[in-house]
Amino acid sequence: MEHLAILPIILPLLSGVMMLLPPVSSENSRQRALSLATCGALVLVTLRLLLQASSGEIQLYVLGDWQPPFGIVLVADRLSTLMLLLTAVLGFAAMLYACGGDDKRGKYFHPLFMFQLMGINGAFLTGDIFNLFVFFEVLLIASYALLIHGGGKQKTRASVHYVVLNLVGSSLFLFALGILYGTLGTLNMADMSSKIGLLSGSEQAIASTGALLLLVVFGLKSAMLPLQFWLPRTYASASAPVAALFAVLTKVGIYSILRVFTVIFGEQAGGLAGIATPWLWPLAILTLVIATLGILAASSLRQLIGQLVILSIGTLLAGIAMSKVEATGAVLYYLVHSTLVCGALFLLADLITQQRGKAEDRFVTARRMCQPVPLGIAFFIGAMAIVGLPPFSGFVGKALILQSANIENQAAWVYSAVLIGGMAALIALSRAGTTLFWNISREKDACEPVPRLQLSAVFLLLATSPILVIFGGPITDFTLDTATQLHGLSRQLGPLLPGGGS
Amino acid sequence: MEMIYALCVGILTTCGIFLTLRGRTFPVVVGLTMLSYAVNLFLFASGRLNVEAAAVLQKEGAAYTDPLPQALVLTAIVIGFAMTAFCVILAMRARADLGNDHVDGRLPLADDDQAQKEKP
Repeated sequence: MEHLAILPIILPLLSGVMMLLPPVSSENSRQRALSLATCGALVLVTLRLLLQASSGEIQLYVLGDWQPPFGIVLVADRLSTLMLLLTAVLGFAAMLYACGGDDKRGKYFHPLFMFQLMGINGAFLTGDIFNLFVFFEVLLIASYALLIHGGGKQKTRASVHYVVLNLVGSSLFLFALGILYGTLGTLNMADMSSKIGLLSGSEQAIASTGALLLLVVFGLKSAMLPLQFWLPRTYASASAPVAALFAVLTKVGIYSILRVFTVIFGEQAGGLAGIATPWLWPLAILTLVIATLGILAASSLRQLIGQLVILSIGTLLAGIAMSKVEATGAVLYYLVHSTLVCGALFLLADLITQQRGKAEDRFVTARRMCQPVPLGIAFFIGAMAIVGLPPFSGFVGKALILQSANIENQAAWVYSAVLIGGMAALIALSRAGTTLFWNISREKDACEPVPRLQLSAVFLLLATSPILVIFGGPITDFTLDTATQLHGLSRQLGPLLPGGGS
Repeated sequence: MEMIYALCVGILTTCGIFLTLRGRTFPVVVGLTMLSYAVNLFLFASGRLNVEAAAVLQKEGAAYTDPLPQALVLTAIVIGFAMTAFCVILAMRARADLGNDHVDGRLPLADDDQAQKEKP
């Protein structure tokens, strides 16, 4: 299948457009069917792409047959296909949940969801840094509209911050691209990588400005320390399926950091090699610290999960800052785990909110939930997985990351930060669970049972955590191979530049 | 020419950043617009500034200017325009939903005191 690589972009685009036209636009049931079909198809397509890439082959899709470095290429290597599959699974579960009733709270939920998926998939696939910007914008525009889906004061207020911050971020992104294009004369990532070593001293200084501006932009997307204040409120106010899908948005930032700072500013970059590492390391540790404080201070379940997202970002950044193959492999495993589990927790928080009436998800005494058993089991599994207790995937991921730290200079920092963060999460989640499930007032429970569809979506996502452990061997092998391929890309650009560069 | 151009970009960026840091949504939107103008000019200059050069390659080794930044600027303009429109609508929605035009959705206390002083 020659055209398989572009399907993850084309499929959601076409179905999103179809949903805006009759006969699909008129009825919600048709939109749901088409959405679910598209999400299901995406899972299959990306799985096929992943299997194809797992042989180590890098599939180049040259749009319009303009050979790289001219024109735009899509690159389906191990890393991008892994991220695609992750997005597809998360998207499917979030859509399943939305079909339980959340999609009716506002207009155009389904088309926007499709455009959001298209933007995310495009950002993962593209091999051209300007195109990365364009897909960032596609996913951002969709996310602005999805964030406000359902309406309400909280959402509007969170939206204003989110939109303004991201617009400033986009401007910075363009400044960075302008600087890099001005010095390197190309925007194809592989070509940039081959040229960056040739820069003279003064040009290197300018290019390093561009590189660090890019780090700021990706740091904003991924909620790195000084740029993370928007995240808890935004994620806490978004409706559940949207928040679950947003769990992968921060990972787009992480992916971009990995891609740009290992491929373009990798070992071959001369004076610019590893330019982000001295910044990433302290920022990662500080992100962990501030997330730990945030976790202990959170006053509602969704805010708590937002802080847990930041904690996972801190852990990932620490892994990236170690900048070696084993650490990157561990980061990828942890990334998959944390995205899926955080997504599940956001969905679960909404179910708990539905059943607690006016108390919503705040940690106060409230009436008894009418389905405490299934929700309690789900909460227990999700909490164990995200804290990193065995036998769930969080434990494996954290163990792998901690194992790959250098004993002399890194281990002390990363062990204490990650483990204290984990303990804070354990304390906060135990307190949250006790309050939510056992601190019950005498009011009669009058809530409706949650739709089966929504419950199954939560359990579908939670089930990935034990699966990640049971198939831990092959999966860690795969992530390690992915990391090897990624770190090798900057040395062997042959597969990415068949024409040999300009 | 380079000096004037650089000054333009610099001043626009400075104003943009200053305005986006203001407390009300209207200056913020204007600031974002200025930032996007600055960025467009900057992108345009990333292909070097040439006078009297066509944006296409000709057979004779005539002077030409890099066409790619122009394409990039077009993309950036379109995206920036759409974003500004969205931002304006969002600001109006926030004004309606939250009852004021402060970016935080509530007025800081000092402003409240002032407003009360001005009332009578």
